[in-house]
Amino acid sequence: MRRNGPLALCYHALFVAFTLAPIIVVCWVAFTPEGYLSFPTTHWSLRWFHAIARYPEFISAFWRSIGLGALSSIIAVAISVPAALAIARYRFAGREAFTALFMSPLMIPNVVLGIAFLRFFTEVGLGGTFTGLVLAHIVIIFPFALRLTLASAVGLDRALEHAALSLGASEWTVMKRIILPLVLPGLVSGWALAFINSFDEVTMTVFVAAPGTETLPVRMFLYIQDNIDPLVTSVSACVIVVTVAALVALDRAYGLERLLVGRGGNDGR
Amino acid sequence: MKTAPYLLSLPALLLFAAVVIVPLGMTVALSFHDWGQYKGIVPVFILKNWREVFSDSYYGEMFWRTFRIALLVTLLSAVFGAPEAYILNRMRSPWRGLFLLVILGPLLISVVARTLGWALLFGGKSGLINAVLLSLGLISAPLPFMFTETGIVVALTHVLMPYMVLAVWAALQRLDPQVENAAITLGAGPFTVLRRIVLPQAMPGILSGAVIVFALAASAFATPAIIGGRRLKVASTLAYDEFLNTLNWPLGAAVAVLLLVALVLIVFGANRWVERRYAQVFG
Repeated sequence: MRRNGPLALCYHALFVAFTLAPIIVVCWVAFTPEGYLSFPTTHWSLRWFHAIARYPEFISAFWRSIGLGALSSIIAVAISVPAALAIARYRFAGREAFTALFMSPLMIPNVVLGIAFLRFFTEVGLGGTFTGLVLAHIVIIFPFALRLTLASAVGLDRALEHAALSLGASEWTVMKRIILPLVLPGLVSGWALAFINSFDEVTMTVFVAAPGTETLPVRMFLYIQDNIDPLVTSVSACVIVVTVAALVALDRAYGLERLLVGRGGNDGR
Repeated sequence: MKTAPYLLSLPALLLFAAVVIVPLGMTVALSFHDWGQYKGIVPVFILKNWREVFSDSYYGEMFWRTFRIALLVTLLSAVFGAPEAYILNRMRSPWRGLFLLVILGPLLISVVARTLGWALLFGGKSGLINAVLLSLGLISAPLPFMFTETGIVVALTHVLMPYMVLAVWAALQRLDPQVENAAITLGAGPFTVLRRIVLPQAMPGILSGAVIVFALAASAFATPAIIGGRRLKVASTLAYDEFLNTLNWPLGAAVAVLLLVALVLIVFGANRWVERRYAQVFG
């Protein structure tokens, strides 16, 4: 294949600059020593990172986001495994409809889902509760969990199971010793992708969360709506660092391309 | 044996029936209810909200703005994202993996943080780009960005661009590099190769990326809310205001249902058009 020419590389450099500029700017402003928004050049300070400690609502929102993401991702993966097995292994009436239904949270705008959840949870008495948040997040991250569990379920070689069964293993042993270890990488990545999506979700959550149950992105969003000051940049910088660390780990462990495109990275090359 | 798949999907089915289908049904019903400042939501069947949404030009203008922004964002993403996917595809490892991470990674970084970055770059006199341009004397007043459609379009393009790169990248993966080489051997110039070989094969990716970007741009919330503020409303921020500020839930529900229906029609229509078009080529 031909290589990129100088023009293409210039374009590429500009594109990367465009992609990274807003993210770098947020982290840059976070180090300002001033009391207002400014770009530090000679003096740098951690004062706004220390300032986060004085705002307990950010700290508690952060831990709530972590807990919510972890819990709803585990439940989403747990529910997606049997569904993925059904879709991967059986041909049954309604198979396509089920798949479309399970993937529908990707199609329905999050703002519409947020409104629907708000109406529903208020009616059934779950309005503004953590339980409501968990249920809502399970639904919106379910497609991500299902996509990866489905990929591992499709990749399972049934001959391995038949071999184990014919050698006298029980169904349960086959599940524990053959199927689970084979699908585990897919489950872990599905969990991680679901977790990141839950951790970043703001559009739907802003409708469902109440003052006692705000997640970190919701807290940040509401804060920015009132005013933009260096505090919110230092909080954002922390979020960016956590996400990038998770991303790099995920890329090393599973491959970002495989995760997002949904199939093997450099196959056939 | 025949019941096995149904039993296996049962937990997910129950969840989706209870927490997706029922709430969506309730929202559609809500849009037909009455509402008053003092009486609250009255569960009757009336067309008041729908009549208001369709007759008041305020809503027509707002929906037109929503879809205009989405269309611009889609065009910009296609024009700038597709070439980048092609360039990425021609890179060698380790650069390819590295830049793929750099360009797709932001997809998973908080939308609020990314939009905040744009507000810092362009917001007012203190915004980085405005400050630089002002000090260089290139502009006399800061470029308007906050509370403008341009601002929303630029920030949304940045937020949604990775989806376009991803879609085109996936399409280019199927491209056989030997076809390009064959065209060059046969005397085609680089421009001809791009136009006759690469572009037709990348087109399905560009179109499916366009559908994704359009749908997400038309329903985006955080970016238009932060950049557009209260002054420049789109469908999702208007619905938000009706629900959490004015508390006129039935009207907000009508706006949301209309947005959902419009998007579903557009996305399905576009998908069918793409499939028909490419069924002729590849079928």
